[in-house]
Amino acid sequence: MAEALATVARLDGLGMITIRADLSRSGDAIAEAAGLAIPDATRISTDGSRSLGWMSPDELLLILPAQETPDAIAALEQALAAEHALIADVSDARAVFEVIGDHASDVIAKLSPAHLDALPQDGLRRSRAAQTAAAFWRVDGGFRLIGFRSTADYLDLVLQSAACPGSGLAPR
Amino acid sequence: MTHTPPFRLARGGRLIDRAFQIPFRFDGRYLRGLRGDTLASAMLASGQMLMGRSFKYHRPRGPVASGAEEPNALFGLGQGGRFEPNQRATTTALVPGMILRSQNCWPSLDADIGAVNNWLSPMLPAGFYYKTFIHPRPFWKHLFEPIIRRSAGLGRAPTDPDPDRYEQAYALYDTVVVGGGIAGLTAAREAAEKGGKVLVLEQNPVWGGRTPVDHKAGEATIQALLDDLRGRANVTLRRNTMATGLYDHGYLLAREALADHDPNQGIPRQRLWRIRAGHIVTATGALERPLAFACNDVPGVMLASAVRDFIVDYGVAPGQRIVVVTNNDDAYRTALIAQEARLDVTVLDARDSADGDLPQAARAQNITVLTGSAIAKVTGGRHVESVAVCDQKGEGKHTGTIDCDVVAMSGGWSPIVHLYSHCGGKLLWDEAQAMFRPDPDRPPLGADGRGNVTATGAASGDLRCAGDLERAEGATMPVWCMPANAPYKLRAKMWLDYQNDVKVTDVLLAAREGYASVEHTKRYTTLGMATDQGKVSNINGLAILSDALNQPIPQTGTTTFRPPYTPLTLATIAADARGEAFQPLRKTPLHAWHERHGVSWEPVGQWRRPYCYPRGDEDRHAAVNREILAVRNSVGTLDASTLGKILVKGPDAGKFLDMMYTNMMSSLPVGKCRYGLMCSENGFLMDDGVVARLTEDTWLCHTTTGGADRIHGHMEDWLQCEWWDWQVYTANVTEQYAQIAVAGPKARDLLERLPGSIDLSQQALPFMQWVEGDIAGMPARIYRISFSGELSYEIAVPAGRGLELWERLQEAGRDLGITPYGTEAMHVMRAEKGFIMIGDETDGTIIPQDLGLGWAISKKKSDYIGKRAQSRSHMKDGARWQLVGLESLDDRVIPDGALAVDEGTNPNGQRKTQGRVTSSYHSPTLGRPIAMALVRHGTGRMGQVLEFPLPSGEVLKGRICDPVFYDKEGARLNG
Repeated sequence: MAEALATVARLDGLGMITIRADLSRSGDAIAEAAGLAIPDATRISTDGSRSLGWMSPDELLLILPAQETPDAIAALEQALAAEHALIADVSDARAVFEVIGDHASDVIAKLSPAHLDALPQDGLRRSRAAQTAAAFWRVDGGFRLIGFRSTADYLDLVLQSAACPGSGLAPR
Repeated sequence: MTHTPPFRLARGGRLIDRAFQIPFRFDGRYLRGLRGDTLASAMLASGQMLMGRSFKYHRPRGPVASGAEEPNALFGLGQGGRFEPNQRATTTALVPGMILRSQNCWPSLDADIGAVNNWLSPMLPAGFYYKTFIHPRPFWKHLFEPIIRRSAGLGRAPTDPDPDRYEQAYALYDTVVVGGGIAGLTAAREAAEKGGKVLVLEQNPVWGGRTPVDHKAGEATIQALLDDLRGRANVTLRRNTMATGLYDHGYLLAREALADHDPNQGIPRQRLWRIRAGHIVTATGALERPLAFACNDVPGVMLASAVRDFIVDYGVAPGQRIVVVTNNDDAYRTALIAQEARLDVTVLDARDSADGDLPQAARAQNITVLTGSAIAKVTGGRHVESVAVCDQKGEGKHTGTIDCDVVAMSGGWSPIVHLYSHCGGKLLWDEAQAMFRPDPDRPPLGADGRGNVTATGAASGDLRCAGDLERAEGATMPVWCMPANAPYKLRAKMWLDYQNDVKVTDVLLAAREGYASVEHTKRYTTLGMATDQGKVSNINGLAILSDALNQPIPQTGTTTFRPPYTPLTLATIAADARGEAFQPLRKTPLHAWHERHGVSWEPVGQWRRPYCYPRGDEDRHAAVNREILAVRNSVGTLDASTLGKILVKGPDAGKFLDMMYTNMMSSLPVGKCRYGLMCSENGFLMDDGVVARLTEDTWLCHTTTGGADRIHGHMEDWLQCEWWDWQVYTANVTEQYAQIAVAGPKARDLLERLPGSIDLSQQALPFMQWVEGDIAGMPARIYRISFSGELSYEIAVPAGRGLELWERLQEAGRDLGITPYGTEAMHVMRAEKGFIMIGDETDGTIIPQDLGLGWAISKKKSDYIGKRAQSRSHMKDGARWQLVGLESLDDRVIPDGALAVDEGTNPNGQRKTQGRVTSSYHSPTLGRPIAMALVRHGTGRMGQVLEFPLPSGEVLKGRICDPVFYDKEGARLNG
């Protein structure tokens, strides 16, 4: 039996914070509080254990080790106290998967219409996986994909089937 | 002459491997083919020319073509879940152990009783089916319809579930070339040289299209092109992939056969490619047209190109003595190839002269060529035995007879324009070549308004696209009827659509009966409506129609080309969306607990919510009653996690929510909750829920389960499109929290048993307030809100800790008889309290005022969404139906949706109505049925009795009453 196109694994222990603010006004304050540079549009900036993803012109997603979440929320709230901004802990609302392997991009290409060739190394794509919302970005050896908690089992199912051994997208 | 072996030639067959024999079964008989065979070539090599029966007359049929256009050779393939009807023998690769069944015949293909239709054919002309609708009237229902329904459809539908997997994949390319023949490969090389990603799709397992068959040096030329393309990093070559349809914005669908030949290897059987292409090149080639001569459907009458394909590709001689009948030079290739394979060949050429390179080469090989000649008639029943020869210009007077077992016909070529046409590309009539071809000036347009499809090679009408390999050819002479002046008797035996049995006379009849439009004629005669979609018949049919209507062919035009090009299995379209992955199933953090505790589910949108938890022998009704009584008498828990939770924050958030809701939210003090109504711009009630003010500038809006995403979208729509300068941010935090309702007189007792920092007393946490703190070691927000009318708390904790809280509650409340309850108990309890439910009391036409919710509409606000609409005369009409309660006059529950009748009938003769039941239950609390209804002038008619006739004829009666049935004074809210 051939090997799966990639290994699909659910990842626990990540905190996530939604930040909505005027990024042109509050960018510096957010960057300082988050400890990461503000990413360009459609990008994600990463430094060690934390990442900061661009979700929309006025929304960022900070991804960090779960135990750092409360402090990070406090720091962000303090940094943005004088601004119109919304900080929300969404750690529990998400399911996170890693798709790692030589053919990880085949797995994603079966589920999302996103143009993977055009996804830069630091690109973050909000898209879908089969019939449910998902976002993904590149990590070493593959992709990290986030979706909604309630659809975690569905995501696991479609990711595993897309990784079916022998079903690579290369022409045969 | 009889059809005699050997059918497999001693030499040749570029696609077969003679070392590997492949056994298969056809209608119970064991046959053998070779590796590389298609079903059709393997059957022909076994001497099996009879491969099917036509749909209407059950006439015996053999293969006409060698590719995707084949109308006759269709089989039921496989068995059990893998059985597939209408599988094309000419495009299906032979696999060891294959099981084929003939279709549309009984008891067998050889002795088919349905063939009696053939003798009845004078009574079954075009449109007979439509005529049966009309006269005599009773015959349709009692005679024709049952017979026609039974005989409808060619193959049988499979009955078992398909065991195979299918998948989809997405891709983007700068250029997609459809067709891997010489034109496509050449176009791919040109595109690749310009740069950008190039994809080449080929429907067959082998590259090259017709070139390797038609040209001696073809194979080598194709190989050189492939070698070049394989060396280019920006080119992807994909075989076994059929481009089935082209849609707007360069969206191209293609079906890749991955494991059709070996479904047991565990990979998906087929893959549907969903491609976005910057530019599409159609190099799809051309289809050869049959000629319309009498009895051109006898097995053994084949397209000239198919005859040479079987010889060259599979080393199969469809017959030993071949008559080639043609109106062009190309068919001489068949004569030359057959001659080289030592078969006997005669050529009948309808043209007066034939002096091109190919006819001259044929004569040089001592092949007899009769010009100005035609076939008057084919003789033979299950197989061609001879042809009667006549002059093309005459009426069919026999000038001789030729014994033969195969007729190789060529009526010229039609470019395959399907993909080009799918998305609006226009065709033009090329008089010189007698064909419709893509009009390069009117291609399908892309998003930029420029053409995004280019046709090339034979698909563009350039039939001589093999470059240096070509030989000079003489002109094609259009021949739509052979002989030109054939009488009715001959025309009535000239088949156009083989599968659906449409003949020249059928099209002529349609024209006589006034069918001037080709689209109408198609439907009247069923020309081109079979599973082959008229690939070989359409052009001949519309030429005959044009002739009958005495108008030029372009004026008649073509029928519409629609995707898919060849049939696409539904399983491939559905792909992974089947079984557990049919739809995303949304699960709350407590889903697994519910499942472990015998839940009976209710689908709510994509969620599953517990409907109830039957115990032991309980049915659902008994379980619901038990759950309700437990809540009313002690305490119950409900998984309310699915309710939408939207954070709304900002300096303008209060102003914004005052517009979103009918009531005032800006005045809500921090720490308090308020029930709110949301209306559409048209004033209709669309959602409701409790709003909590969290801080000075933050509110949390609860929505219905189904409303979470929709209402969030609605808010963002107004913020982004209308009030973009308001400082408001929203966030949908529905899934961040597990929310558990704890309801019943013992609710406070129960919660106080859990350790925590929160004072839950009436003084500290009165009704419609919320508080934050720790409970059982979890960070929680507790709302004192109630949908049951009981003392009730809803506790929100991070989703990841929901199960822990739920289990702690069950454990702590065991001695109180704590009972998890489901949505049905919730529904009944809210109805007992007269609370409305979005989707029960509302249906998109109901305004809050109809429901007695005027108290929730602020009179102080200058505006809210829906306010203007609610002041329209119809909304203020006193005759609008109003919400009331209903007491059944006996012990029966009046069915949900039952209509209250009024005196008289409406203009349609239907009984007038004056109301309808919106919610109806048996109340275990009260021990009697309760219902809510919308009734004309309802609130002013307390005590009146309404009648509800049921479909059974029975009439139930209900007395109008107050909709609050239980605890009118609300004393139980505080426990």
